[in-house]
Amino acid sequence: MVSGVARIGVLLIAVSFALEASEPAAFAAEPKAYLSSYKRPKDIPFPKDNLHSQAREDLGRTLFFDPRLSGSDWISCATCHNPALSWGDGLPKGLGHGMKVLGRRTPTILNLAWGELMMWDGRADSLEAQALGPVEAEGEMNLPLDQMIGKLEGMSSYKPLFDKAYPGEGINKSTIAKAIATFERTVVSGEAPFDRWVKGDAKAVTENAKRGFVLFNEKALCSQCHSGWRFTDDSFHDIGVAGDDIGRGKIMPDFEVLQGAFKTPTLRNVDHRAPYMHDGSEKTLEEVVDFYDKGGKQRRPTVSEHVKPLGLSGEEKADLVAFLRTLTSRDKPVVIPMLPR
Amino acid sequence: MRMTQIVAFGLGLLPAGSAFAKEHIVSQKAKQFTAEEITLAVGDTVLFKNEDDTSHNVFSSTEGAKFNLGIQKQGAESSQKFDKAGAFEVRCAIHPKMKLKVVVK
Repeated sequence: MVSGVARIGVLLIAVSFALEASEPAAFAAEPKAYLSSYKRPKDIPFPKDNLHSQAREDLGRTLFFDPRLSGSDWISCATCHNPALSWGDGLPKGLGHGMKVLGRRTPTILNLAWGELMMWDGRADSLEAQALGPVEAEGEMNLPLDQMIGKLEGMSSYKPLFDKAYPGEGINKSTIAKAIATFERTVVSGEAPFDRWVKGDAKAVTENAKRGFVLFNEKALCSQCHSGWRFTDDSFHDIGVAGDDIGRGKIMPDFEVLQGAFKTPTLRNVDHRAPYMHDGSEKTLEEVVDFYDKGGKQRRPTVSEHVKPLGLSGEEKADLVAFLRTLTSRDKPVVIPMLPR
Repeated sequence: MRMTQIVAFGLGLLPAGSAFAKEHIVSQKAKQFTAEEITLAVGDTVLFKNEDDTSHNVFSSTEGAKFNLGIQKQGAESSQKFDKAGAFEVRCAIHPKMKLKVVVK
């Protein structure tokens, strides 16, 4: 989907880890055997047809926080994707127009610049394609797109922002979506203790967390799906959550394996995003680990081969949670823009 | 990419305009296809081999070569014939970052 100015590269650069001297020999495997596959990229990728500029990012941020992009003038993108709640809403299921309870938990928008398909069911193939879906959805922001354009054109202070970001293109569905997508690509989780460990600081995480990291990659099978620096394979799996939501299966009805499958969510800053799963059915990280230890809650033919009873001890479960908590960064406060009138 | 050639016995089995149909092998490893792009002749087949530690589901939704090979467990193989010229995108339904461009001439 993306490339362009992206210079993510550098993934093959060898990293020297100063772990040898201080590591106890208590691991089933040396953690450094896995660490190199979790190294962060240096640059954010932007698509060739929507390259980054500060003007585009600023316009996108303004639109993202503007509640007038809803039929009620009351719901902005940030209402559900709240930066104070790790770009989610902290609810089991999202709330839409008229406080309607939606079908799924609000996913975070963290690190989506590197994503492949958007939303829990992957029905949008880019951030640009996704950006306006919630705006026009009756149950969510409930603003027909033609009306959206008219509202923005009616606020004279918006025009210069569009002119600067997309000269000569005007205010339309494309420029609105591209601006929001540009801002969303800049929403990236910062350096976490885990990253400092990857870079060679052996004291950045506890011994419990290090044991949890090995479990994550081995016995607990987590890395089968939660792989790479964002801890997601951007893929679709049925993990055995109870319920009749078939997720990706509704979009791809001819694919048996996708019936009940949902996109693997990132685990970056995951301890700030309870409750968990696509339906918010697990309240804590401890509950999530228990869920996987039992092999999910509902067995059916489509459940991933990697979701099966794990036989984790209490100590191992605690180590896994300790590791997951090392993925949280202390990010700078987000500045909310003054909105055009 | 390793390539094998299969001689079709009996002219009645041969596609029009082709003396031999080739079988091209593309594997799936580490959630990637082992080739980004392959070029075939009309009537050739591609043998998709799952050499990964996870299941895959190879498919194409490109007009002219729509197919769905279904779930391929570890070690499974599935063959797909390409009867029309064109450029076709092949993907894994489970892992959408897996992409293979098949050019048929």
